[in-house]
Amino acid sequence: MTALSRARTGNRRSKTLAIALFLAPALALYVVFVLFPIAQAAHFSLYKWNGLTPLTEFIGLKNYQVALGSGGFVNAFGNNLLIVVLSLAIQIPFSLALAVMLNRRFPGRWVFRLLFFLPYVLSEAVTGIVFRLLLQPGAFVDSALTSVGLGSLVQDWLGDPAIVMLTLFVIVSWKYFGFHMILMLAGLQGIPKELEEAALIDGADRRGAFRYVTLPLLGPTIRVSVFLSVIGALQLFDMVWVTTNGGPLNASTTMAIAMFKAGFKSQAMGYGSALAVLLFLVSLVVALAYQRFVLRRDTDGALTTFGG
Amino acid sequence: MATSTSTSAPGTGADIGAATGARSRAAARRISVIGVTSFVVMLVVATAILVPIGYSILGGFKTNGQLVANPVHVIPDPWVFDNYREVLVGSFAPTFWREFLNSLIVAVVAVGLTVLFASLAAFVFARFAFRGREALFTLFVFGLLFPSAVAILPLFILVKQVGLSGNLLGVALPQAAFALPLSIVILRPFFRAIPAELEDAARIDGCSSFGFFWRVLLPLARPALATVSVLAVVGTWNAFLLPLVVLNGADQWTLPLGVMNFSTQYSSDHAKVLAFTVVSLIPAIAFYAVAERQLVGGLTSGAVKG
Repeated sequence: MTALSRARTGNRRSKTLAIALFLAPALALYVVFVLFPIAQAAHFSLYKWNGLTPLTEFIGLKNYQVALGSGGFVNAFGNNLLIVVLSLAIQIPFSLALAVMLNRRFPGRWVFRLLFFLPYVLSEAVTGIVFRLLLQPGAFVDSALTSVGLGSLVQDWLGDPAIVMLTLFVIVSWKYFGFHMILMLAGLQGIPKELEEAALIDGADRRGAFRYVTLPLLGPTIRVSVFLSVIGALQLFDMVWVTTNGGPLNASTTMAIAMFKAGFKSQAMGYGSALAVLLFLVSLVVALAYQRFVLRRDTDGALTTFGG
Repeated sequence: MATSTSTSAPGTGADIGAATGARSRAAARRISVIGVTSFVVMLVVATAILVPIGYSILGGFKTNGQLVANPVHVIPDPWVFDNYREVLVGSFAPTFWREFLNSLIVAVVAVGLTVLFASLAAFVFARFAFRGREALFTLFVFGLLFPSAVAILPLFILVKQVGLSGNLLGVALPQAAFALPLSIVILRPFFRAIPAELEDAARIDGCSSFGFFWRVLLPLARPALATVSVLAVVGTWNAFLLPLVVLNGADQWTLPLGVMNFSTQYSSDHAKVLAFTVVSLIPAIAFYAVAERQLVGGLTSGAVKG
């Protein structure tokens, strides 16, 4: 009896030790390089600081006041928001349409699938550089339009403040629609064919069967896709930095660009940190709200089995 | 159709069969119209994907004169091999290969750390019951909500303070840290699905926790590990902001930084920029060709199942 309980305590102790040892490396890395810096951003944001001198000039919420007032956060946020709206209105439905098309069997299907997903593996920076070359005034895109008689459509794609965000949206979509399409294709393939067939036999037309059977069943996948798209659009940086640097006249400055410029170009680490915190809060609010109001039904089952 | 005839009375079954037969013939005609339309749409999209890539590849075989004179004339005339030669073996070769090597070092270190640490942690989250487990797991899930951009300014300060500024390790460590959440979230259900009987058997045979993890769990979870590695490779290989902030000399740059720098330094020499860019894309495309299955499988299993 005592031997048994001693063995049990020994077991428990070795179990605790195992948990601690196995968890320690990941936790340490995560705390040091992810959680700690985010907490530090909140701390720095309360100071006027150039990043070099000691952190002494405490100014409270002044940085936030400036950012939300004249500091251009609102402009940057608006630019991110435009990408969010366009992604939801155009990119996601477009990806869904292509997923539906690719969900049929036809020769050469795998080639399309492989090709549509390819841009996802290319880096945003390099994609941006290629498009910058294509879109320069008088370069390939302009000459192509002119040569097919659409010369009147030629624009200063990346240099005109009025359309630069639209151009960026097209480039972003070029890179990411395949990713969403792959997600939705997997979702479609998880829906048993019998359900749509049953609806057809019951007298629904194809459109009705899609609208009332397939689409609702695809709901969870679409909602995940929408979520990833929104979070991605809020954090846009690489692509913008290499194509426009946030210009012209801040017309394509996103939240992350504004933060980067404040921190590294204007040596305003405190102010930049305030922008980082705002970006963090926007992402967090969106994520929590989406989780609370939209994803909840989907994850109710999934996450509880996850958590056991 | 087979199910409807077999479950209903023969007469009605035939009626339904005839009616849907007629309808499905009409439907078949419509489908083929839809089929043709969607095929055309897909061809257009495929062209839109291929044109920028093809333009860059072919542009690298041109002179600047050719590029400027007639940008739409895509086939080089004559074909010029100097640009690619210079990047691969000529005067730009040291730059390119150094940047390639830097990218490779960062990727190997970051992905190695991610996979090792994430599988250890996922093992604990999957197969140990203890208080605070879900809270700790949620802490990691929380990391999925934002990218390194949010933490980049303090990260810069931190990396400088610990003396890793201008060191590839200063990129690899934070990169691994930011790849942990997704990896743990993907690995946990895999580890959990491995039957408890195996663990009992291993213990009876005298396996410690680590022994079970190392000799039984990891080999069985090889597909999941492949998925996690592939995702981490893509993320690390393409990372831009973190290396931009941490690395401060041309000899440390990774490929994305190198390409950007090359494109500004030789901004008037489009042909060379295109050649350099294309060559820098080859590793990513080659990797995609090899690991497409794991990549797609990983993304879809991670996202579709929640």
